[in-house]
Formats: sequence, structure tokens, C-alpha cells
Amino acid sequence: MNRGVPLLFLVLALPLAAAAAGDDLDRVMSALAQRKHGHVTFVEEKFVAVLDRPVKSTGELLYDAPDRLEKRTLTPKKEDLVLEHGTVTAQRGHRHYVLDLNQYPQVIPYIESIRATLAGDKAALERVFKLTFDGTFDKWTLLLAPRDAALAKTVREIRLSGAQQAIQRVEIFEADGDRSVLTIGGDAAQ
Amino acid sequence: MRRGLSTALWAAFVCVAAIIVARAHYTADLSAFLPQSPTPTQRLLVDQLREGIASRLIMIGIEGADAAVRAKVSLAMARRLRADPRFTSVNNGEQAGLDREREYLFNHRYLLSETVTPERFTVAGLKEAIGATVDLIASPAGLLVKSLLPHDPTGEMLQIIDQLSGGQSPRTLDGAWISRDGQRALLVAQTQAAGSDTDGQQLAIEHLRQAFAAAVADQPAAQRAKLSLKMSGPGVFSVEARGTIEQEVVRLSLLSTALIVALLLIVYRSVTALVLGLVPVASGALAGVAAVALGFGVVHGITLGFGITLIGESVDYSIYLFIQSRLQSRAGEGTVWGGPLWAIIGLGVLTSICGFAALLPSGFPGLAQLGLYSISGLVAAALVTRFVLPTWLPKGLAIRNVAPLGAAFAAGIQRVRGATAALVVMALLAILTIYLHRNSIWNRELSALSPVTQADQDLDAQLRADIGAPDVRYLIVVPGPNEQAVLESAERVARPLQQLADSGTIGGFDSPARFLPSLATQRARQASLPEAQELNSRLPQATADLPIRPERLAPFVSDVEAARASPLLNRADLNGTSLATGFDSTLVRQGNQWMAIMPLHAATNGSNYIDIDVDKVRAAVSSSGAPSAVVLDLKGEADALYSTYLSQIVRLSLLGLGAIVLLLLIALRSPFRVARVITPLAVAVLVVTAGLLLVQHELSILHVIGMLLIVAVGSNYALFFDRRAAERNADAVPLTLASLVVANLATVLGFGVLATSSVPVLSALGSTVAPGALLALVFSALVAGRTPVRAGAA
Repeated sequence: MNRGVPLLFLVLALPLAAAAAGDDLDRVMSALAQRKHGHVTFVEEKFVAVLDRPVKSTGELLYDAPDRLEKRTLTPKKEDLVLEHGTVTAQRGHRHYVLDLNQYPQVIPYIESIRATLAGDKAALERVFKLTFDGTFDKWTLLLAPRDAALAKTVREIRLSGAQQAIQRVEIFEADGDRSVLTIGGDAAQ
Repeated sequence: MRRGLSTALWAAFVCVAAIIVARAHYTADLSAFLPQSPTPTQRLLVDQLREGIASRLIMIGIEGADAAVRAKVSLAMARRLRADPRFTSVNNGEQAGLDREREYLFNHRYLLSETVTPERFTVAGLKEAIGATVDLIASPAGLLVKSLLPHDPTGEMLQIIDQLSGGQSPRTLDGAWISRDGQRALLVAQTQAAGSDTDGQQLAIEHLRQAFAAAVADQPAAQRAKLSLKMSGPGVFSVEARGTIEQEVVRLSLLSTALIVALLLIVYRSVTALVLGLVPVASGALAGVAAVALGFGVVHGITLGFGITLIGESVDYSIYLFIQSRLQSRAGEGTVWGGPLWAIIGLGVLTSICGFAALLPSGFPGLAQLGLYSISGLVAAALVTRFVLPTWLPKGLAIRNVAPLGAAFAAGIQRVRGATAALVVMALLAILTIYLHRNSIWNRELSALSPVTQADQDLDAQLRADIGAPDVRYLIVVPGPNEQAVLESAERVARPLQQLADSGTIGGFDSPARFLPSLATQRARQASLPEAQELNSRLPQATADLPIRPERLAPFVSDVEAARASPLLNRADLNGTSLATGFDSTLVRQGNQWMAIMPLHAATNGSNYIDIDVDKVRAAVSSSGAPSAVVLDLKGEADALYSTYLSQIVRLSLLGLGAIVLLLLIALRSPFRVARVITPLAVAVLVVTAGLLLVQHELSILHVIGMLLIVAVGSNYALFFDRRAAERNADAVPLTLASLVVANLATVLGFGVLATSSVPVLSALGSTVAPGALLALVFSALVAGRTPVRAGAA
């Protein structure tokens, strides 16, 4: 990761530091857009009503700008999920699944929220969600609420939080009250 | 009086034959290329090729414009075709609209799932199955699974979906399948009509085109012109082949008729002679078609194509007649025809009949028809020439003096020095060439006869690879006396096959029992389900370590209780779902015989298909305890069958050759003379074979037939040369030679036109016989020696 670019960006951006929250969102987005590759660890907990305890999974996230995102779940069961050009392919055991996002619109918010944020693609985010930004460039929270009423029937709200160009946590609140929390760790060993 | 009688008989024959020909059925599909099938397995194979699921498949690619437009066209086409009764299923990757299927599978999951066993519902089994489902909730697929959990904690629904989704699907973009390179949208349609029903296939293809045109019309004007439709599949092939054959037969007939008419006009310089000369040809063709219609019930278009060759041969007779009648009228003997010349022609007809008779027992309907057509055609042409035509010849029919042509030919032959040595060298060179090609002389693949072009075959391979429908090569056929027996056997075969699928030897397989298990299996699954009370007592223990309380699983307990008492499923329960199509295509009934047809899917490593190790499959199937199950290698069987027919044809040809030699021995009464007749023909065959190997590399059945015809036709020439020595009238020699040259030209033209055909069976025959007939004449002349000939006075 080239640290020079964000530093230079910070220096140039100093005169604007006192600007409004909307500008901070743009700064976050621009910073995110600078990042072309990422490889981090994650821990995810799902709080599902039918289950008495949250189920926990761990693994790695890999990102290549602008639209390739891979989620490698390592525990409790190995599973590989790849999003590429709008198609999700999943490998679980020796089974292989392919699914087109357009056919499963209910899955779109789960994926587009993370992908578009990672890409710093504010326009794409705004197509699907109403955005509410809170905090500063150094510590921010971004609330995403689906614009589409049908989508809102599965996902009520997504809360992303992070620092500068790093996303640290993604919380998804589903309409039925279930919720999942994805905590992103440090850079994984390459 | 005699004149009146023969003409009346001829007129009666023409009337009867014309009626038969007019009422005959004609076909131009691929059936002439499909061998008839003596063994039950081979009959099964041919039935599969003609009527099976694979034969009903049409693969469709939409190309041009941009991806989003292609997807829209795909969706619109599929919508229209799904409402069309000519198609039993249309798949383009859309998941929508499968609610009825989902309902059937979910409601009957405890009867359908292969994992429903008594062990599954023990404390340990429940713990493992529910644990796996909880793990799945943690996974990204959790969203789709969690709503199922209270009703289906053991994951039977997912198991069923896994069972049914064997094989690999293409990628989807904007809701429709796309090719691997993303450049075309893909659909797969299954027709109601069998692959052998060419009319039905043609209608289905027209409907496909209409659906495409309608879908394109809804797109933005700028995109419309860029879109194109590509189709492939067995039905598409037979429709195209039929079109090609029909077109070719018309084109070739017109062309060779025109050429031969031109030749005869040049030779005769008399329209009367031309018209009279064509009478035996037309009579022969009429007799041939009538005989085939009577003998086979249906006349194949390809037979008419072969029939062109008859023009070349039967026109010979009238050429001899006119040229000889000129000779005789000059000698003041009137137009009485007969004597030694007629004996030679009679012998020539007989040798040709021997050659064609060898085709009659052939397993290929196309060849057997060719044999019958040619024999009846030649006999009719010869009889008409012998008994009808001479009575019609006007006195002093003036045809051009062709004696100089004969003299020129003789002079040309005379100038050749060392003819014998040249023949020996040519024969040796030919034998050497054949020897060098000895390991690859025969093309042993049935596709050698297929009229499908290489470009179409490449498109087919591409679409198949894209769609993940590799050519179904291996089928397991499980016969039985009734539906239940077949389903039970299919279930027994499925067990070892599943192990092969798990170990990656095969990618998967289809089975009717997955849509509808046998009653015995359904009963066994029902018996595996514990009573509600029992299940309730096991659940607390099973879920003790899991994040789910047993009370939450009350819907599960009541669903299981309902399944225990539910009526068993039968075929009628599949009605109204696409699963019925899947079931009906894998479980078929032929008379009293039922059978399951289980296609095997090849495993993949990423993007390539791995060849199936068929020995492992055979071992697995024979270990399964379903003794009557057969592993069928469609391509292997077809090629083996073709190989059998190839050896059959070689054997028959040798028999035909033997008959010709025997006939000559009887007629000529001298082994030396027979050798003089046969040797030039043998050299001609050797040289042509060597030439074909050098140019085309491989020979097929039709080349063998061609060689037989070289001998059958060529023996006519050799016989004339043989008789020449006995000819007393010196004037007759150049005229006889001239009639031979003209007859030979007619034959070479007829077969030469055939050689230009794009239908492989026709071009193979033409490219063998045309040069062979020419060489047979030249070599026969060379062997006949250099008796001095003087040009006849005009």
C-alpha cells in the first residue's frame, strides 16, 4: 500500500478541513477510491431470531477495484464467495453455485453497500440508498437506508463505520429484526 | 406388329411406373446415413439418436449489439417460447416462475430427499444435520436459509436442490445466460417433436426465428440490425441437411443433364437422336424410382442424387445403338440390331448388376436403395434400348460420323510406348502409397457420412461448451417390465454412480427417481420418519449444543408427522411443473418395455471437461445389482456400428467383384481373357485409391462402393476391347472406339458433377468413379495392345 498518496492528499486537503460533513463524506469516498486493492481479516456475528445465540464466522476479505470482492470464510465452514461484474459465485464443499444479482434483488444491498463503499463510488451508493454521514474524516459513520420499498422489506438499514479510508465495521439490520455485525481486522498477510 | 407390341408394353410400363412414382413418399432427412440396427442395444442407440432427449435439444446463441440488449432479447424470446406448445422447456438461466416446482419439492421433501434415512432422525443424526444448517446460516447463503430453519432444520430442501442441479450452468448477466467470453446470450430449448421428425423440427426452428424477430423488434432501432441468431442441435442439423440434399439433388440433376445433353448434341448433331437417346435414360430413372418406392416404401432424396450416375451409364446403350446403327445402315443391313455387339452390352449390364446387387443387403438404407435403383434402372434402360428404341429409329437417322474420334483415340493409344511398363510402375507406386497409408486408410467415424459442415460442427461444439451441455456421450439405460421396476433399478444404479460423482470421476448424472422416487423408496423414507412424540423426545438432546431451542422446531415436528401419513407420490403429482418434462425424458416407454435413460455429465476442472473413465462407470454399474442396466457409449457404439458396416461393405464389394469375375469366366471361357479384362480395372482402382489417400487422406464406405462401380462400369470397356480382336469388319473398330469414348465421357461427366457436391456421400462416390472410369478406359485400351487401326471412311 502506497502511504504517500493519502498523506499528500491530507496536506492538500488541509485548508478544507473545517468544511461541512458533506465534504467529509466526499473526502472519505475519495480516500476509499484511491485504494485499489485490499486484503483484510473479518469476524462476523449473525443475530438470528430463530437462534438463541449469535453464530460467528471468521475469514478474509479481498478487494480489487472497482468491482471484485471476495469473501473467504474459514470458520465454521470453509466457503468462498466471489462477486465479480454483478455475478456472485460461491464454492462450498465441492458444490459450486452461481447467482446473478439481478435475479436476487434482495441480496443487492448486502453486497453493493460494501462494494460501492470500498470503491468510493458515492454515485452508486446513492442509487440504492439514502446516505446519512456522521463524524469526521478520521472517525466516521455512514448510514445507508434502501430507497427501494421492496429492498427495505429485507434490509432496514446498514451502518458502516471507519477511520479515514479504512472501513472497520459493517452492521446490517434486517427488516425482520435479525442483524449481522462484520468487524474488519487489520491487513491480512499476503 | 412387333413394333406395335413393344411400344404398347413400353407405354404401359411408363404409365404404371409414373403412377407409382407420383404416389411415392419422399424424404431427405438424415435417416439414410443412420445404419439399421440389428442388436437391441444398437436399436436403442439409433432410437436415442432419432428420438431421444438429446435429439430434441436446440441450443441458441444471440450475438451482436451490447450485453444488456442481448439479455433483453433472450428474456423476451424465452417468454414467448415458454407459451409455445412446440417447446417442452426453454431455459435461459431465469429462476423466476419456478414457484410450482419449489412448492412440489418443499411439500414432499421427506419423500424426495436422498438423505432421509432412519439414521438421519436419531439424536446423533439430527444433531449433525441441524448443526450443518446452523453453519449455513452463518455463511453468506444464510439469508436464503434462515426462513427455512423452523420447518426444515435438517436441510432436506437444499439437499433436493443439490440433487437436481447436476452439471454446470453458464454465467448469468442481466438475468440471462451468457457464453464464457460474454459475447453471446444463451438459451436452450427442448422441442416437442423428436429429432427425427424433420418437419416438426423445421416448424420449431421457424417459431424460434419468429420469437427472435419479435424480440428484436422491441429493441432500439440502432441495435436491431446488429443482433443475430445462431442455432445448433440435432434437429437444426437435420433440417439444414434436408435443405442441402434437396438443393443438391436438383442442382446436380440439372447440371449433369445439361452437360450430357450438350455432349450428345455435339456428338450426334441430331435433335431426333438426342431425344431418342434420352428415352432409355428417362425410362430407367422412372423404373428405378418406382422400384425403390415399391421396395422401401419411401424414397430417399439422396437416392435420387445417386441416380444421376445412372444417366451416365444408361446413356451409353443408346450411344452404342446409334453409332452401330449408322455403321449397319451404311453397310445396307437396315437398322436391325443385335448379334455380337448386343451380347457384349448384355454382359456389361450383367456385370453392372453384379456390382450393384452387392449393395442390396447393406445395412445403410441409402446404399440399399442405390443398389435397387441402379439395377432396375439399368435393366429398364437396356431393355428399352434393345427392344423399343430400334423400332423407333427413322430410316437414315443421320448422326455425325464419329469414326475420326475413335481413330484419334486409337492413334493416341498407339503413340504410347512402353504401356505395359507404365501400367506396372503405376500399379507399384499406387501399392506403395497405399502401403504407406496402411494404418489410416479408413475413416471409422459415422460422422464421415454426415452432411453437416465443419463450420456448423464448430458452432455446435462452442455452444455446447458454453451451455455446459457437452454432447451426451454416455448413457446408462435401465430397462424393466414396468415403471416401478425401472425406478427401483435406477435407484440401485444411482448409489455407485453417486460415489463416482463424489470422487470426481463423473460430474453427475440424471435419474427419473430424483423427480419421482420408486414407491418402495418412498415407503422406506416414510418409515424412516419417527413419530411426533419420539421426535420431540430426541430434539432436546440433539440441539443441546446448538444455538436453537427445540420449541422453535415445532413446525418441523408437525411437517414430519404430516409426511408420515401423506399419500405416496405418482407421476400425476408432477403435472403442471417443469419436473414432468425432466421425468418423461429420463423414463420412457416403448411398447411393453420401460426404461430409464440416465445421461452422465462429465466432471470439469475449471473450464475444461474431463473425459469420463467409462471402465470405472461400467464396473460401478455392474456392481450395482441392476443386472440389466447397460452403459451406452453413443459415439463409441455409433462408430463401432459404422465399422461393422464398413467391413460388411468391403466384404460385399469383394463378393460383387467375385461375381463379376465368375460371370466373365462363364462368358469368355478363358482365364487369360478374364485376366486381360480385369487387370486394367484393378490398376485403375489402385491408382484412384492411392490418389484419394493422397488428397483426402481417409476413405469411407462410399469410396468402397465407388471402387466396385469402377469395376462394374469399366468392365464394359474392357469387354469391348476384348471382342475387338474378333471383329471382322475393320470399319467397325474406330466406331466402336468412338462409342466407348463418348459413353465414357458421359459417365465421367455424370460422376464428375457428383464429385462437386457438398454432401460427402455424393462427392465421395463421384470423386472415386469419375477418375476411375476414365482410367479404366485408358488402361483397358493400353492393355488391349496396339492393333493397327485405320480411320473409317465417312
